[in-house]
Amino acid sequence: MGPFLEVLLGGLLTGVLYSLVALGFVLIFKASGVFNFAQGAMVLFAALSMARLQEWMAPTLGWVAFPVALTLSALIMMALAFAIERLVLRQLINQEGIILFMATIGITFFLDGFGQTIWGSDIYEIDLFLSKDPIFLFEDVFPGGLLVDPYELMAAVIAGILVAVLAVFFQKTRVGRALRAVADDHQAAQSVGIPLNYIWLIVWTVAGLVALVAGMMWGAKLGVQFSIALVALKALPVLILGGFTSVPGAIIGGLIIGAGEKLAEVYVGSMFGGGIENWFAYVLALAFLLFRPQGLFGERIIERV
Amino acid sequence: MKLGHWMMGGAAAALLGLSMATPATAEGEQYLAGLVYRTGAYAPNGIPFANGMADYYALLNARDGGINGVKIQYEECDTGYATDRGVECYERLKNNGPTGTAYVNPLSTGITFALTEKAPVDKIPVISMGYGRSESRDGSVFQWNFPLLGTYWSAADLIVQHLGQKNGGLDKLKGKKIVLVYHDSPYGKEPIPLLQKRAEMHGFEFTPMPVTHPGVEQKATWLQIRRNRPDYVLLWGWGVMNSTSIKEAAGVGYPREQMFGVWWSGAEPDVEPAGDGAKGYNAITLQHGAGRYAVHDDVKKNLYDAGKGSTNWDDVGEVLYNRGLVNAMVGTEAIRTAMAKFGNKPMTGEQTRWGLENLDITEARLKELGFEGMLRPIKISCSDHEGARSGRIQTWDGKAWSFTSDWYTADDAVLQPMVKAAAAAYAKEKNITPVACN
Amino acid sequence: MLYRETGQFKTTYESDQRIFRIVQDRWIILAILAAALVVVPFVATPYLYTEILIPFLILSLAAVGLNILVGYCGQVSLGTGAFMAVGAYAAYNLWLRVPEINNLIVVFLFGGLMAAAVGIVFGLPSLRIKGFYLAVATLAAQFFLDWVFARVGWFTNYTASGSVAVGDLSVFGMPIATPEERYFLILGMVIFLTIVALNLVRGQIGRTWMAIRDMDIAAEIIGIRPLLVKLSAFAVSSFMIGVAGAMWGFLRLGSWEPLAFDINRSFQILFMVIIGGLGSILGSFLGAAFIVLTPILLNQIPGWLGIPMSTALISHIEFMVFGAMIVFFLIVEPHGLARMWAVFKEKLRLWPFPY
Repeated sequence: MGPFLEVLLGGLLTGVLYSLVALGFVLIFKASGVFNFAQGAMVLFAALSMARLQEWMAPTLGWVAFPVALTLSALIMMALAFAIERLVLRQLINQEGIILFMATIGITFFLDGFGQTIWGSDIYEIDLFLSKDPIFLFEDVFPGGLLVDPYELMAAVIAGILVAVLAVFFQKTRVGRALRAVADDHQAAQSVGIPLNYIWLIVWTVAGLVALVAGMMWGAKLGVQFSIALVALKALPVLILGGFTSVPGAIIGGLIIGAGEKLAEVYVGSMFGGGIENWFAYVLALAFLLFRPQGLFGERIIERV
Repeated sequence: MKLGHWMMGGAAAALLGLSMATPATAEGEQYLAGLVYRTGAYAPNGIPFANGMADYYALLNARDGGINGVKIQYEECDTGYATDRGVECYERLKNNGPTGTAYVNPLSTGITFALTEKAPVDKIPVISMGYGRSESRDGSVFQWNFPLLGTYWSAADLIVQHLGQKNGGLDKLKGKKIVLVYHDSPYGKEPIPLLQKRAEMHGFEFTPMPVTHPGVEQKATWLQIRRNRPDYVLLWGWGVMNSTSIKEAAGVGYPREQMFGVWWSGAEPDVEPAGDGAKGYNAITLQHGAGRYAVHDDVKKNLYDAGKGSTNWDDVGEVLYNRGLVNAMVGTEAIRTAMAKFGNKPMTGEQTRWGLENLDITEARLKELGFEGMLRPIKISCSDHEGARSGRIQTWDGKAWSFTSDWYTADDAVLQPMVKAAAAAYAKEKNITPVACN
Repeated sequence: MLYRETGQFKTTYESDQRIFRIVQDRWIILAILAAALVVVPFVATPYLYTEILIPFLILSLAAVGLNILVGYCGQVSLGTGAFMAVGAYAAYNLWLRVPEINNLIVVFLFGGLMAAAVGIVFGLPSLRIKGFYLAVATLAAQFFLDWVFARVGWFTNYTASGSVAVGDLSVFGMPIATPEERYFLILGMVIFLTIVALNLVRGQIGRTWMAIRDMDIAAEIIGIRPLLVKLSAFAVSSFMIGVAGAMWGFLRLGSWEPLAFDINRSFQILFMVIIGGLGSILGSFLGAAFIVLTPILLNQIPGWLGIPMSTALISHIEFMVFGAMIVFFLIVEPHGLARMWAVFKEKLRLWPFPY
């Protein structure tokens, strides 16, 4: 029982990390219908700027470097959102989804090159002032206890806070209501006087900030370098499972995918030589889709001729 | 319709450019192509290696005016560790310079496999120092491959010997559990046949566990290790996978003292991100490790003091930097050997192949070159393209690598039959008639 | 002026139904074919063959295949790399296990057929899932097949490293070894399959594909069966992709591992289709040219101009400019290079005497 719970818990916590990346996708898709392939590149870019700024300022500023670097990185992500809205999205209003998707791929290439040019392509560290030692829970119940990585626990807490903040933002604020209106219908929102460009700017900024949080958590766990951009691929099955348009879906989807793939790898994968978790996540998501084509929490697709 | 014209013009110019030969180079210089990767997922490991190679060539030019007076013209091409980009780089650079590149270092197992097919046609030797196909040390079949200093089979064999010695004899490994955590690619799979063979011989339980590229997702693997408690974990990773493995090992509390990496899992970028968690982690080195030797003094005097080095002086002497130096050294020594026969002029690939096959770097020569203490003598022959099969274990103490074992030499009685069988299978598949070596 | 159609009367059904109805188009195609068949062998260097023309042609074929699925039938797929891998490994196993055949054309077609079969299986979810959901679902095929080829030893003939190699190739007894021979074999296959594709998309099958793409419910109501139509698109598309994959393995790489057909390959081919133009065979070729050539060119430009630049910076700039060019082209013409060509042709009709 102990090992099983341990794998389950580890999987759930890893799933939270996937959710953090998936959240960024959902926000943008919900408000603008853009499938933002650049989310992974944005995570990398945010993490790189955070790590490098902290590294440069740490010798002079000490621990103050952390909040300063965080603020500066947030500003950088805002500037990035502004540039993307101005230079790319505004030029492509009213295009089909797949064209916008392709444009975000262009942005991905650009950001990969740009980030490495200004920040470097070595491996960098983000210090979150957390202990690296594992925590053991319920040691008296199970032999050896249940192992928990403090970073992942922290990520889970942060993800919880983030979702709560986003929920309040969407439900209670004026901008949030405007965002939901745009998500429902671009044209109707525009006709009641909601400025689309402004809303998109906000959404991309929020997605950039979510990317910053995800980048910090992943960066602290893995070290900041190019591979972080590839975690976006882990967020895709979470997205189809949870639905492209649902914030809670991203979280629940992440938990299911995380737990499912880890359990599968440990209990099924070892029979087939291992390495199954990558495709298992997708197959799991696919199986769900066959029953609910719009994902677990996605909006029902109504079709008319 | 300006854009259309502009595009047509651009396309025409582009095609013209591509069909033109690449820029003319100075006559009488030795051209060397370098396939390196300073970008992409594996850049943290690729950069120090590339710096080491570039610095050694620059050192030869600055200090000696080249190889026997023939200046080296070195050109890099960034592969990003991707096979198709690497092959494109190779095809683009191979014929540059007066003689084409004298040899090629693919710096990736995938590219090595691809170039192995091309080498006999292009007549350019492939130096895959410590990587690539293990059976390619059989020079009678793989005439153009030179896995100098050791193959993955040799490396795995050295680790097994070390484990045997720690336990007081190889027979004491009976009943032990050894896990191999490997990068799921030809690179990571290479050591499996040898370890399986050794497991049969000594009765230890061997379990390979794959990690998918790029290797950031290892939670399940390490939770299994935590549950099964193997006696030893061998690590065959590359890039971010290594540091993630060490971090996860620390995370599940697996003792780092019982972890042994291949020499591509034993450099500073692999352990430093794990911080204190990496203390006690071991790796096999095929001869050299970290540290500065006589050659580094020359590098400082001729390059870094003049501001011409390719990195910071602090990074000189890291494991992968040194590997770059050694790589460039054996290559240029092969050219020097070839020059003794063919004269002091730029060498072709074919001439360099002769030089490689007759390469004999003695203890005295190592001292002259400034590599004394770093390497042991290397002698290549037609039947043995590996040249040396010895190594030591190094251990990370949290700040630096240090050697913690004696020299081991891989057991050729185990390796030789495997190499012969694999090479014969390859020869049959590709319809190659092995040359006679005498 | 240059592209004037006036006076070209179609007096028979035959002339109204030909693929290239305008005489200028026929001349251009003839000129391109002549260039590819006659001029290239005189001017091409081995580098031009192996690194430019061969990858371009093979990936064009894959892009044509994917365009049938995405552009004509409206089913977005990200499993292209996996279907190429199926083609390559199926071809390898036929070549290896039935040495009597020893004819690459048969081997390649077999690879294509196997890929079509696998494509049909992974196309089944398309009956229920649409749009980006389907795109991500096809990634299941990508990751699953990658894993299968890495893990099941039989496919790679139990080689220790999982890397397979081919050699000693021939077609009808003629050896295929030099870059030139490989180029001509590939060119022949690509021309043949492109003609097949051109005829399919303008025929009855192609029309049903497009009906499903434009509105599947409406298409169903007028009596088109989505099951047959969608799966036929998956089959035809995967067949071409499979043949392309087999050629990529045999004639471009010579030795390969599953990583050669990883997810980046899938994305690369999807880029070609979108940049080239959805629903256009010509666009597939233009897109392939753009995606294959641009990075190589960008990487070499600093060298030609003699600008001293570090290797890393060249690569970074290559990425940045490539990304910016994708965005730029999409802004200028979201419907791809094929539409750009169509607009250009339209101008040439009147040029140089516009009203």
